[in-house]
Amino acid sequence: MTAQDKKQLAITACKVRMGIVESTHAAKCGHPGGSLSAADMFTYLYFKELNVDPTNPKWEDRDRFVLSKGHTAPGLYSALALRGFFPVEDLLTLRKVGSYLQGHPNMNTVPGVDMSTGSLGQGISAACGMALASKTMGKNNRVYTLLGDGEIQEGQVWEACMFASHYKLDNLCVIIDNNGLQIDGDVAKVMSPYPIVDKLEAFGFQAYAIDGHDFDQIEEALNAAKTVKGKPCAIVMKSVKGKGVSFMENNAGWHGVAPNDAQFEQAMSELKAQLKELEGN
Amino acid sequence: MADVKKMATRDGYGKGLVALGAEHADVVVLDADLAGSTKTGMFAKAYPDRHFNCGIAEGNMMSVAAGLAASGLTPFASSFAMFASGRAFEQIRNSIGYPALNVKIGASHGGMSVGEDGASHQCCEDFALMRSIPGMVVICPADGVEAEAATKAAYEHKGPVYLRMGRLAVPVFHEEGFQFTIGKGEVMRDGNDIAIIANGLMVYEAIQAGKKLAQMGINARIINMSTIKPLDEELVLKCAKECGKIITCEEHSVIGGLGEAVCSFLSETYPTPVKRIGVNDEFGFSGPAGEVLKAFGLCADHIVEVAKDFCGK
Repeated sequence: MTAQDKKQLAITACKVRMGIVESTHAAKCGHPGGSLSAADMFTYLYFKELNVDPTNPKWEDRDRFVLSKGHTAPGLYSALALRGFFPVEDLLTLRKVGSYLQGHPNMNTVPGVDMSTGSLGQGISAACGMALASKTMGKNNRVYTLLGDGEIQEGQVWEACMFASHYKLDNLCVIIDNNGLQIDGDVAKVMSPYPIVDKLEAFGFQAYAIDGHDFDQIEEALNAAKTVKGKPCAIVMKSVKGKGVSFMENNAGWHGVAPNDAQFEQAMSELKAQLKELEGN
Repeated sequence: MADVKKMATRDGYGKGLVALGAEHADVVVLDADLAGSTKTGMFAKAYPDRHFNCGIAEGNMMSVAAGLAASGLTPFASSFAMFASGRAFEQIRNSIGYPALNVKIGASHGGMSVGEDGASHQCCEDFALMRSIPGMVVICPADGVEAEAATKAAYEHKGPVYLRMGRLAVPVFHEEGFQFTIGKGEVMRDGNDIAIIANGLMVYEAIQAGKKLAQMGINARIINMSTIKPLDEELVLKCAKECGKIITCEEHSVIGGLGEAVCSFLSETYPTPVKRIGVNDEFGFSGPAGEVLKAFGLCADHIVEVAKDFCGK
């Protein structure tokens, strides 16, 4: 990745974060914390990785992305809007009556959303179904799914992991956003999912541990995953919940709470400063 | 009765799947370690590359089916009614129902006629659970021939369908080649004294009851209401208007099934006395299917008793 590419990704990720803050502020609710922790991954996926076409969101041979941690829809919507799937201004209708931007992703109303999710643990199974469908139909597209580290407490996630491994879904990439926090606090204290990488390897995955805010590492892992044959891949990305907004970082309290007007102003001024610095370089 | 051909509705389902597999490359079948019992094994034998065992993990299976459907395939996902509709309810509701994905759920071993396995497996709540999901079609065929036809009709319908089949071999009274229409009830016998609206294995019992009632001077109209949702409201209304009294019969709880669907519809459109024959808010127990069914009044004799009393005879 060139320095220019990396800079462009960082600029886009900053805009994705602004969209998250603006949409949840406008909605007066929503889930900014886990949207911000995954903002760099959303950005990389939609601007570098996924073979998708915003002018033809239902294109049959596209890569699929399933947001298994569906509550972080603001992050997905922001990335989709910036990628051109729908107008960025519409982000401000998030969670409002009449808006197609439902609180959790709806594949039938939001252009670019490949699966309706929101109930944790189910998206990864649907992604397995999509990967199996591609293999059955002889297609070469890939399927990606993003889970929270709290989400993997759901037993269904491990049923899906068994399935992915059993059917050798090497066209599937499972990404786990390890921001370390869930609603009730530290994941290790609520119900420890650790060691995550070891568990995934035991289930037959090729697993990579990376820094989820480092585009070089994201690219390296996603590229490596594409070379693996005969088994599914997983990327466990260490991240910071609330990343990019100082007062939201590493604070479980920002899991499902929107910024008030004053907090919104502060968050936006921080992100604008980051953007200015990035664009100035 | 030895001359009556018997076949379990699950066998009809298996036959239907094999026939669909030959005609449609998009048909794939999932099972949760019960392929021999749900009869998806028949499809597995014919089309091994399109049958996927998901192991004992029904929740995952339903969401996998959703993903397959989202990618353009037509999955039939099977398990016992208890685990398909019960254990995986929320996966069906959120991964299949909410996005209106084209998944067919083939649930076998529904109702009390599971017999010896007992209450843990005697699912009498599945109609209620599945009816409550917006857009879900709920079908319970009455014999093996109808089950095969219903399986084919489920494929032709775009959207989620729940098919409930039984374990027990039951008399076949539909002709080979029968065409199933979703949402249309079938008049098995005409009569104007009372209407008996049944589904599943209770249809044959209702037909037998109808014969006995005729000998007593009660002309019962017998309806096979295989589709519980959407309910054939036109036919129910016609029965209410022309017969004035209705008995519903189902191998299901009286809560939330066919009887309740008929009552809900009639109470708002044409209030009519209805008696519901079904499982009265109880769990089952082990025993040969026939004996268990009798113990719960799921038999022709009980229908006759209820009808006689209802008609004041």
